[in-house]
Amino acid sequence: MYQYDTIDQTFVQQRVAQFRDQVSRRLAGELAEDEFKPLRLLNGLYLQLHAYMLRVAIPYGVLSARQLRALAHVARRYDRGYGHFTTRQNIQFNWIKLAEAPDALADLAAVGIHGIQTSGNTIRNVTTDELAGVAPDEIEDPRPWCELIRQWSTLHPEFSFLPRKFKIAVTGSPHDRAAVRVHDIGLRMHRNPAGEVGFEVLVGGGLGRTPLIGKTIKPFLPKRDLLSYLEAVLRTYNLAGRRDNIYKARIKILVHDIGADAMAERVEAEWAQLRDGALVVADADIARLAAAFAPAPYAPRSPRSEAVEHARLTDAAFGRWLKRNVFAHKVAGYAAVKLSLKPIDGPPGDATADQMDAVADLAERYGFGEIRVSHEQNLVLPDVALDDLPALWRALDALGLATPNIGLVSDIIACPGLDYCGLATARSIPVAQHLTRRFEDIARAHDIGKLHINISGCINACGHHHVGHIGLLGVDKNGAEHYQITLGGRADEHAALGKLLGPAVPYDGVVDAVERIVETYVRLRQDGEIFVDTVKRVGPTPFKEAVYVAA
Amino acid sequence: MSLLKDGALAQDPWVAVADDAPLPEDGAPIVSLARWQRDRAALRARNGALGVRLPNAAPVAAIADDLDRLTLVALEFPKFNDGRAFSQARQLRERYRYTGELRATGQVLRDQLLFMTRCGFDAFEVAKGDPVSAWANALTDFTVFYQPTGDGRPTAAALRRAGG
Repeated sequence: MYQYDTIDQTFVQQRVAQFRDQVSRRLAGELAEDEFKPLRLLNGLYLQLHAYMLRVAIPYGVLSARQLRALAHVARRYDRGYGHFTTRQNIQFNWIKLAEAPDALADLAAVGIHGIQTSGNTIRNVTTDELAGVAPDEIEDPRPWCELIRQWSTLHPEFSFLPRKFKIAVTGSPHDRAAVRVHDIGLRMHRNPAGEVGFEVLVGGGLGRTPLIGKTIKPFLPKRDLLSYLEAVLRTYNLAGRRDNIYKARIKILVHDIGADAMAERVEAEWAQLRDGALVVADADIARLAAAFAPAPYAPRSPRSEAVEHARLTDAAFGRWLKRNVFAHKVAGYAAVKLSLKPIDGPPGDATADQMDAVADLAERYGFGEIRVSHEQNLVLPDVALDDLPALWRALDALGLATPNIGLVSDIIACPGLDYCGLATARSIPVAQHLTRRFEDIARAHDIGKLHINISGCINACGHHHVGHIGLLGVDKNGAEHYQITLGGRADEHAALGKLLGPAVPYDGVVDAVERIVETYVRLRQDGEIFVDTVKRVGPTPFKEAVYVAA
Repeated sequence: MSLLKDGALAQDPWVAVADDAPLPEDGAPIVSLARWQRDRAALRARNGALGVRLPNAAPVAAIADDLDRLTLVALEFPKFNDGRAFSQARQLRERYRYTGELRATGQVLRDQLLFMTRCGFDAFEVAKGDPVSAWANALTDFTVFYQPTGDGRPTAAALRRAGG
């Protein structure tokens, strides 16, 4: 994986020094809160309901064991012993003291991580497939390109005061695990008829108040042109994006208002001025980054493991975990393992400092010291030898990280909601906890099969409810928490927005409503059909009846 | 307002002239884009320095043909977080090769000074208050830059190439 060199290290330490000065000016009363706010936000420090929240970027979801231990240290030393992994491959600490924030960031800087641009109207942490570099279906590893984008976007002098935040996601596989169609810019690596690999560029996707699927404005962008084209898109947006209304300021509104064709033309005109300039990606530059992500020193191994076969046949629990949490690897004899941060009754995405330390140890023991964070708020050990799976499973089970529910009904994506967030109108985490209890029976969850539930505590949609197979959106109805239900959303290469089922249901009724929806699916499904396909085939009526008539 | 230039407070020789006010006999006037477009021929024929204030919603192309005649272009930051003028500045410097004074006006914060400088601004109308040393220090917070802009600072990528 990419390691900071002395240039990166110098930079991030200078950033900490700058922020330390800003915090001391704030604490000394030289800066008013309204002047300090944009500065702290540019370092990921939010003021939430109860305390400051520090959001730390995990670039494209890749961590070294050493970095994960540093996150554990911050959780322990500056927070209450845990952290929360987010849908943007970041981690949030919810109980940070302002005076200590510079120290926390200094400790993180020592291992090459930071909170730069995890907030504010800037280019945010670039995200990608959590199986990048190991997925068998991959056309090309997107991580070197993500690192290139990370560097280009870091304290970009022109794009640090955009109309609104800006999110870029990249996938290198045909099966899109990075949700590129619902990002401000989505980049899909693919091969053109001449056999060259380049990027399809989509713009204007996004969720929030106005959910939209991104539009393709460049079907094939040669790799050398990636940065100049991104700069042209960002400049077009910076100049033309709306600034009169925060809810109309994302690039998706601009693209929607002028149309994808006009957007493509404007970007093309700007790009014509930039494409042969200083941003051309030099072969040497990308080769240097690609070398940082060179394949690990895998050992030759048999594609079949007797140890796994034996454990699978003798232990049903291991078998369930193997089926749901272990993923194919492009190197024979290896697998990628997802660590569920969705235990029954737990807040989705939370990990304790002790769990983080233990996972760092496991990453070194059963891999090459690397950990991934998925946008589904789980962790991944990307390079596990098949023969090690039984031992790893026992270790994860002891840590509470082996719930065999990846992609199942209890693998819920949820925002922090009203328990932490100043914007929320309803709770998210307790709804998720109630749902995991309702579907606690793991055999039943396996029978239900692949089903993504997404919960957002307000219209800003941080829980991505629009693209949940079942989406729950918390709303306030006469002072009481209610939840709108959408069905049929998905974030993959068949991205679609869920459709509203009917009136919002009250907090006390939402778990029952979801269960009736799931039971209706089980009744109606045909062979091998997953939930979202049944919804597509039969339409909303039977689900409406189940929720609103039967009740 | 104070004028910050070349790292020091400077006397401002420029005078903003309202659209309906007569131009001063001598001295350096800054006129609005609207007035520039209205009186363009007369203004171009005038002797001496000329400046135009370009609204941040106007395309830079509106003055592109006049940059040979202009000695100052003022760009606007109506609020510190309205960042359109960063793009206008880079277009003026890097596309149109404008070499005159490029002035940042409006809400200009010292924590933005380095960004502005990197985009091509070389003069800043700043609120009174901060000591000049604080503004000077804001330019030295960083020695590492990841993006090539027209300011000539070497990028991280260039340093790596040079270092082998």
